[in-house]
Amino acid sequence: MTLRNLLIGSPIERVEDLRLVRGRGRFVADINFEDQLHAVILRSPIAHGRIRAVDPTDALAMPGVCAVITARDLGAEVPLIPLRLQPLPELQPFRQPMLAYDKVRFVGEPLAVIVAESPQLAEDALEGVRVDIEALPAVIGRDAAEAGDTVLFEAHGSNRAIRWTAVRGDADAAFRRADYTRRETFRVQRHAALFMEPRGFVARWDDETEKLTVWGAAKVAFANRRILAAAMGLSEEQIEMIEVDVGGGFGSRGEFYPEDFLIPFAACLLRCPVKWIEDRREHLSTANHARETECDVEIAATSDGRILGLRGRAWTDNGAYLRTNGSVAPRNVAQFMSGPYDIENIHLTTDHLTTNKTPTGTYRGPGRFEGDFVRERLIDLMAKDLGIDRVEIRRRNLVPEAKMPFPLATITPFESATELDSGDNHALLERCLTDFGWDQKSELNGKLIDGRYHGIAVGCFIEGGGAGPSENARIVLETDGSFSVHIGSAAVGQGIETIMAQIAGDALQVPMNRIRVAHGSTNDVTEGFGSYHSRSTVMGGSAIVLAAEKLKHSIREAAAMVLRCGAEEVNWDGDRVGGPGDMTVTLADLCTEPIEAEATYRNSEFTYAYGSLAAHVAVDVETGEVEVVEVASIKDVGRMINPLTLKGQAVGSIVQGLGGALLEHLIYDEDGQLLTGTLADYMVPGADCFPNIRATVVELKPSPLNPLGAKGGGEGEIIPIGGVIANAVAAALADYSIEPFDLPLTPPRLWALIGEVQRVL
Amino acid sequence: MQIKFEINGEMVEIDVAPRISLADCLRDTLGLTGTHLGCEHGVCGACTVLVDGQAVRACLMLAVETDGQSIVTIEGLSNDDALTPLQASFRKHHALQCGFCTPGMITTAHALLSNEPHADADRVREVLSGNICRCTGYIPIVEAVLSAREHYADKNGSK
Repeated sequence: MTLRNLLIGSPIERVEDLRLVRGRGRFVADINFEDQLHAVILRSPIAHGRIRAVDPTDALAMPGVCAVITARDLGAEVPLIPLRLQPLPELQPFRQPMLAYDKVRFVGEPLAVIVAESPQLAEDALEGVRVDIEALPAVIGRDAAEAGDTVLFEAHGSNRAIRWTAVRGDADAAFRRADYTRRETFRVQRHAALFMEPRGFVARWDDETEKLTVWGAAKVAFANRRILAAAMGLSEEQIEMIEVDVGGGFGSRGEFYPEDFLIPFAACLLRCPVKWIEDRREHLSTANHARETECDVEIAATSDGRILGLRGRAWTDNGAYLRTNGSVAPRNVAQFMSGPYDIENIHLTTDHLTTNKTPTGTYRGPGRFEGDFVRERLIDLMAKDLGIDRVEIRRRNLVPEAKMPFPLATITPFESATELDSGDNHALLERCLTDFGWDQKSELNGKLIDGRYHGIAVGCFIEGGGAGPSENARIVLETDGSFSVHIGSAAVGQGIETIMAQIAGDALQVPMNRIRVAHGSTNDVTEGFGSYHSRSTVMGGSAIVLAAEKLKHSIREAAAMVLRCGAEEVNWDGDRVGGPGDMTVTLADLCTEPIEAEATYRNSEFTYAYGSLAAHVAVDVETGEVEVVEVASIKDVGRMINPLTLKGQAVGSIVQGLGGALLEHLIYDEDGQLLTGTLADYMVPGADCFPNIRATVVELKPSPLNPLGAKGGGEGEIIPIGGVIANAVAAALADYSIEPFDLPLTPPRLWALIGEVQRVL
Repeated sequence: MQIKFEINGEMVEIDVAPRISLADCLRDTLGLTGTHLGCEHGVCGACTVLVDGQAVRACLMLAVETDGQSIVTIEGLSNDDALTPLQASFRKHHALQCGFCTPGMITTAHALLSNEPHADADRVREVLSGNICRCTGYIPIVEAVLSAREHYADKNGSK
């Protein structure tokens, strides 16, 4: 099939913006019902303990309080949050109950739900619930988790949930024959997606129809409907999940959290609409954290810098429970550590540890940010040790185009093999160096200029996208001649109403103003898999292309009846259909009742966008402060739907990554209390932090895997940032021989490293 | 408590409990949901509104404090028929993705450009540094604000 390429590839201004810039978006906190009640969650103030009592008596007597729901109200067995991804039997013991009932395992874990006539009265009543918890020692950090003197789950007996193993070739043999090896330990700190709109739900039970409606769905509405139905004892058909405007996701929002169950449960119990909106403190201590990883990894190479192998171990601190997608990042650390490099021999394991911290989940580039930090650092260390130029050593090791498709390491258990689908890594590295001005900037490298040391670095990355198994699209030709496009993909702020309308417009050969994209409800299509793993455009977009072909066929058949000709003789220009004679009919006239077609696009192979990113930093050795002078990146996505929004994703991804490399840190004390529980303590990038970012996105090698040729592109540039910034800092401080192994590179940490060297000197 | 203030050009008189923040009052009592709450502790700036022309965090001000004052929200900076030059500039530069921080960004930028129509990039970044955006990386927001300056210089701050 061919698509007339008018809308696809154009930097079209977004449809969504017309409401959002006027404050007319409709976010979940904006949904209200006359008779609604308000819920707040009573949360554990203790990281680890045995629950002796949760007594709501006093709270129930307080003004405006309608109900206090505790674990005993949830039935004989408190429902557990199931694993959505990699649901292995060995991971089942670590599931989180919707309300804690025997033990609490992190500060912020829900103990009860208070429902009252106003949010203020509900908050007042928090003090009226008497909570008695016998504190147990908190398991904080890898050493305590591995020692196992205290375990979170006594029945399991260990704080290690699982070990992932990624294998390719024979790593030990490669290390035996290597001229060069180097082994180092690296740490990436706990940080989080921190989307701007707090989570929230409004749930309403309708007694007459026996149906439950839930506003506030995001990301994976169909999967969450399935989970909710099972936990509530309802059928899926009885539940409609409605996605209104969503204020950012980045992997964290939309996964199934306890509140996804508790608020609908309260609405059903009280036969009244119930609303809950998270506050920021709750968000920081309960929404998925991410990234906390320690790695002990060794690289092997020939004397001329050809990498022979990677081997070693990683430990991820996954917090108290394994929620829906908690195993993705630990798995990815091992499977994707080799990135875009041709490394034949790999043996990497990740131990997935439970601790008394907030549970973790995916955050943009899950496991990849962590793994790339380790790999890019090791490559720069190796280049220095072997006396080979840092760029040249990358040229010698990037997967050449001739080797595509290129298999990566296979991960077990839940075995998964994957291969890079296409790409020219070398071309993008060269282009990145040119765009960045590598040769000119090299003269600054390691120099002290105006009181600061300057350094540059470059790194290369891959981004997995287009996760299967399938996505559905349903297109309806309405009686007024317009088209409604219904998709199972979800909007999380990335502009899919615009992007999907562009794809549908080209596929149907009609202008965008004739297309309305509906993605807001589980009633729209029969099944949907949502938005994660940079999949919406690839999967949802491809489904639209297929549905449009089916619909065009149906329209031709309908027209053939009217025009008295064969369906294959019908032409149309998007507006009018005509037969072999002069007779034409408008679509609106043709269509006395809506004509529709639904199609499913299936694909089990991942797309791999790829690229390079370079950074220039200046380090003040008096304060340890790192200024990011400039970042330049380039990425190949095969085919761009909207360059404006795609470039927006790239720049946003870089700045988020710089936050992770330099600023953001969720710090716990030894008792398991979160010390950075407000936005005054948890530092995210502000408008004045990183003014010079240049992101380029190109269409060089279309993906052979889907009809659009597109590769998922919503995450990429965040992936190499940690490694590139740390390498640039090391390059700047070459005089001091400082090699950072831990993120984030905050001023106190770097200042301490510089101080140690100065004491020795 | 009974209070009277001007909201988006209209005088209103309401009864509001002393502990209700201006943000909650705007959203819940007056239905002006364009003012968003992102942190409720004065850091993220999503709830920024104009009180007597000054950019103010509506989550840190009690509604009763605004008695007798004039408040403008994102709704008051918007028209039905077309986007304002500042809004159109945000759209053109793709200065929003999820759009949650956008009303606060626009009210803050409007207050800045109304007072300083020639603000340079550093000044724009300085003023916007009190508003968190997690999607865009700020670069397109700064571009959008800078390119809207001419309309404020021309029209002396009119919307």
